[in-house]
Formats: sequence, C-alpha cells, structure tokens
Amino acid sequence: MDDIRGMVLLLPGLQLLIDVLRESGWTVRGPTVRDGVVVHAEIESVDQLPAGVGDLQDGASYRLRERGDGAVFGYVVGPQGWKSLLFPSRELLWSGHRTGTEVDVEPADVDAPRLALLGVRSCDLHALEIHDTVLAKRAVPDAAYLSRRENTFIIAVTCSDPGGTCFCVSMGTGPVPDKDFDLTLTELVDQEGHRFLVQPGSDRGEHVLDELMTRAVGDEVLNAARTDRCAAALVGSKAAQRMGRSLDTDGLRDLLYANAEHPRWDDVASRCLACTNCTLVCPTCFCTSVEDVSDLSGTQTERWRVWDSCFTNDFSYLHGGSVRPSVRSRYRQWATHKLASWVDQFGTSGCVGCGRCITWCPAAIDITAEVGAIRSGEG
Amino acid sequence: MLRQAEGRHMLPGGAMVPRLFRLADRRQDTADTFTMMLEPTDGVPLEFIPGQFTMMSAFGIGEVPISVSSPAKVEGPLQHTVRDVGSVTHALARTQIGDVVGIRGPYGTGWDVEDGAGADVVLVAGGIGLAPLRPAMLDVLRHRQRYGRVVLLYGTRTPEDLLFTDELKRWENLGVEVLVTVDYGTPSWTGRVGLVTTLIARAGFDPRSALALVCGPEVMMRFTAMALIKRGLSPDRVRVSLERNMRCGVGLCGHCQYRELFVCLDGPVLPYARVAGLIGVREL
Repeated sequence: MDDIRGMVLLLPGLQLLIDVLRESGWTVRGPTVRDGVVVHAEIESVDQLPAGVGDLQDGASYRLRERGDGAVFGYVVGPQGWKSLLFPSRELLWSGHRTGTEVDVEPADVDAPRLALLGVRSCDLHALEIHDTVLAKRAVPDAAYLSRRENTFIIAVTCSDPGGTCFCVSMGTGPVPDKDFDLTLTELVDQEGHRFLVQPGSDRGEHVLDELMTRAVGDEVLNAARTDRCAAALVGSKAAQRMGRSLDTDGLRDLLYANAEHPRWDDVASRCLACTNCTLVCPTCFCTSVEDVSDLSGTQTERWRVWDSCFTNDFSYLHGGSVRPSVRSRYRQWATHKLASWVDQFGTSGCVGCGRCITWCPAAIDITAEVGAIRSGEG
Repeated sequence: MLRQAEGRHMLPGGAMVPRLFRLADRRQDTADTFTMMLEPTDGVPLEFIPGQFTMMSAFGIGEVPISVSSPAKVEGPLQHTVRDVGSVTHALARTQIGDVVGIRGPYGTGWDVEDGAGADVVLVAGGIGLAPLRPAMLDVLRHRQRYGRVVLLYGTRTPEDLLFTDELKRWENLGVEVLVTVDYGTPSWTGRVGLVTTLIARAGFDPRSALALVCGPEVMMRFTAMALIKRGLSPDRVRVSLERNMRCGVGLCGHCQYRELFVCLDGPVLPYARVAGLIGVREL
C-alpha cells in the first residue's frame, strides 16, 4: 500500500491542470521556446510547451535538439531561473517629489501576482529555498519578495535528461524534487505512452488534484498504477547517474578560505571577461544596487533597486578606488562567496549545481574545474 | 507638505525609504570636510549608539553610508561629518540650511566603549576617522570617572586636515592626553610629523588592560592594530571600524561583504581579532 497519493495525467490532463489553475486565479508560467532557448512565459495551452525539445549544454555552449519523443520537459534548465519573477531585476523602492525645500516621499506599491510556476527543477527549488533564507528570513526581510513568494504555486518536475553542465547530485539538490512544492510531476514516455505522474506536496496541491479528478470527463486523469510509480522512480535514479559535471564539496569552505592567494585565481582572471553573465543566470545571486532617477527639473525623483554583480569595478568602489580592482579578486570573491562564505552567512552552500554559470560563460569557465584545480594544487 | 513613510521596517520601500531631516546648521571643518546638523522633520530624534552609521540621501543623486559624529543619548541635532569626495557627498556639501536630506538607519555595530570602564581607553584616529570616534570620546568624557587614562592619537595628512581643533583643546583640558601628528608639515606647523603609529610608543596607557578604538584608512588601522598588539594589547581589545561600499545597510545588497562578514551588520566596528586574518589579504 503506497501512502503517497498520485495520479497519472495524459497530455490533455496536463491541459486540464493548467485550466484549473488559471480558473483558480493563478497565472501559469512555464517553459516555452523563444529565440532558440527554453525560457519561461505565461502558459495557457500545452501547445506552448517545448514538445520534443531537448538541449545540449557544455561550457559556453547551449543548443536545442529534437528529441523525437514529444516530451515537454525533456530539456534541463534554460538561462532564466525563476528569480526574476520573485526578485525582479528592476524594482521601484520609492518616489519623491520636491517643492521648494520640501520633499514628499512615497513608498512603492508591491506587485505580487498569483503565479503558478510549471516545471520547476529540483536545483531551482533549492535556489528558491536559499532565496527564502537570504531575502526573507533576515532581520530586515525583503517584504516584496515575501509577498510574491507567498503568492506562488509550484509545480515541480523531475529531471529526466540532465545536461552536460549539471552537478546537482554533488550539491545534494537534485535531480528529484523532495520538498517545497505544491505538486510534482514526473514525465514518462515509454511503451505505455506519454504521461505524467503527479503527486501533491501541500494541501493546496491536494485540492488541485481533487479538482482535477472531479473535472476529468474521460481518461485524461487516472489513478496512478504501481508500474507508473516504479517507472517514475527510475527516471530520477537514472538521471542522478548522468550528471555532466561533479564537484567535490568535502571541506570546500576551508579549502577556499585557505587558498585566497592560490595562483589559479590568476589563471581564471586571464580567461574571465568580467561580463557578469554568471551572476545574472545564477538562481541564487542576490546582490543589488540602487539608482536614483530624476527628471530634468530635479523635482521628481525615483529610487530603483537593480540587480548588480560583484564582477563590476563599481561594485566595491570607495572614494579613491575599488576594493577589488582586479578580475582575479572578483572571480575569487564570487566563487568563495558561492561555495564557502555563504555557508557561514546562511548555513548552506550558495550553489545548487544547476550549471548555468558554466553554460552561459562566454569563456567556458567552469566553477567545478576551477575548484578542482585548487583542490589538486594545480597552478 | 511633508509626509513620512509608514512601515519602514520592511523592503521595498520599507527599510529602503528614508526619513526626512532638515539641515539646521552647517560647519565647514576643513577645505573638503563639513559637519551637517540635522533635525528630524517629524520631531522624532534618531536613537543610535556611538560608532553606528546612517545611509544619507541627497534626493535625485543617491545615497551613501556616513557615520554619526554627534554624541549619543544627548539632546541636540543629529550630526554627520562628511568629506566631499563623490557625487553624493558633493551634493550634500551643496545642501543649504533649510533643505531636506534623507536618513535611513542607524545601522551597524557600535564601539561599546563602556567595555573600557575601569581601564585606560586609547582612541586612534586617521583623518576623517576622528568623526566616528567623537561620539565614543564624548561618551567617555560624560562618564569620565569610570575610566582610567584616556588617550587620543590623531594623525592627518597635513595640519589643514585636522578636524575639531577647538574640541581637541577642550578634551585636553578635561585630562585627555591628545597627541597629534601630520604626514606633511607646513612652514607654520610646530607639531609632530610622522605616521600616527609612531605615537603609540609614547602615549601613556596600560597595555595589559586598555581598550583601543581605531578608525581611519584600512592600512592605517592595520598597522595601528599591529603596533598596539606589539605594545601588549590583546587583539580582542583593539576595535577597528571598516569601510565598504554599501547600498542598503541591512545586509541585503551584498556590496559590503568582507569574506563571510556583512560589514553593515557584523560591523562596521569589529574586534581586530575577528579581521586579523582578512585585513592583510589584498583585494579581499
């Protein structure tokens, strides 16, 4: 007797799930192909999903491929995490109006739409959990993030076909979603057909499944058979064996702290363009700056919070110069923060092994290789 | 009309929304440094402890972290001593009496100078580093009998850069040993020339129990801390005030990270023992 509830959805059943969510007031955001990349967009129909699309990922390389099996979650992760939805790259903090010597300051309203995120991978679930810690569980929380997060319904999906830059197994963050979701899907494509095992992870998820069962008129929604569960378990265990990269995390914090002057940082600096791509695609990077925007008369002013990157020269600027003028020190800061000081600050690694920083680095710099070189003592 | 933001404990706008303070008076301290005397437009004074900083806004220009230089727990205007070195501080320099600036905070750790009660207290300042130390000195002088010998070692680049010169004399009259040095003398300068670290050997304090508060450029704080420890102070009894780029003051923007430290939350004032392993690493 399996005490985990579960159902099997055929593709029309997945459409029904989208319909039920939309009718309950959720805007569904899910994967779709745009400009040769899997991105997320508002999804109304399963026809928008990347049917039969897989991806080939390696350092500085991302290509879509035709899978030939019609799977709609057969890709891994695109450049976008979900952070841009919960933690926008530009956010108004307040606006001010000056009349003579008087100033009137008006805090910005928080826009927190009800979003259902469809197809969240386990690495990205862990990234959300990290952002919950970094942005919300703080002395002064980011209330806008918090209200958006509370308005988020999560439909996770088990990775079936990990990419060449994936290393979630090393980071203990995947490939099977294990918590923090409302529903989780495992896509099955075999002789039994194309179907999705769906299991609830919250009361909200249970209610949606009940609604699906009530609404189903044909065989688009079925009770899961034992064979479906077995097949789903196999998807995750097979994926775990096919990670494109690995990272030895044993003693990593102390290793990086002890090697602040390792010559490998110079070697990385000779390749790194300080373009900030890695920090922009990273689902956990959270650094921001503020910008004041004023009209020409200086009477109307706005302060915006914008994503920032520790790879810019301005990031550490003090009067007289930057604390980290060299690319060497900036890459060291990023990697050391992500893998070492994050542990001291927040109790977990800041890396979830999604591999985006490797795929989207124009110079193919690979954090697993750089750390590996430091561990092995290579210059 | 003036309206104050509500719920400023949360972001955004929340903690990122400044309170409004009006420039009540202004003093030009040196050619590039000035002190702003600020009154809250809502009448609610800013409560802070010596060593803390605020985020100061020049509307339409931006925001910078500036230490509070006024005495704590004493009625009177909020004082910030500012050096005109960037776009925001330049805009603050041009603020006229009656104008409104934004203030968020106070943020960060304080000097906790009361830990020096029953012992000697050594304040070492480099340049504008005297401004954040001033509230600690005024605290000590308010409770003078609680402390042993009080020493101020103060170095600036030139005699023209000396801050609070009238006050230095007053402090000396109150029994503070004030030793001043400059890096470069002028023809009329009859005082000492040399780095502030050269004053440590000649100052009168008991290194076994003294508490030292050090504020100035990072390299000055590093060599001062090393000289104090060499004279016998415990690294736990030497406190430094770090400076980093800051955009929020509440540990969210990431700019002020110093390896595992958020200087805005864990600092700016930290025991030297906490940063001794970091401060010598270049570009950390």
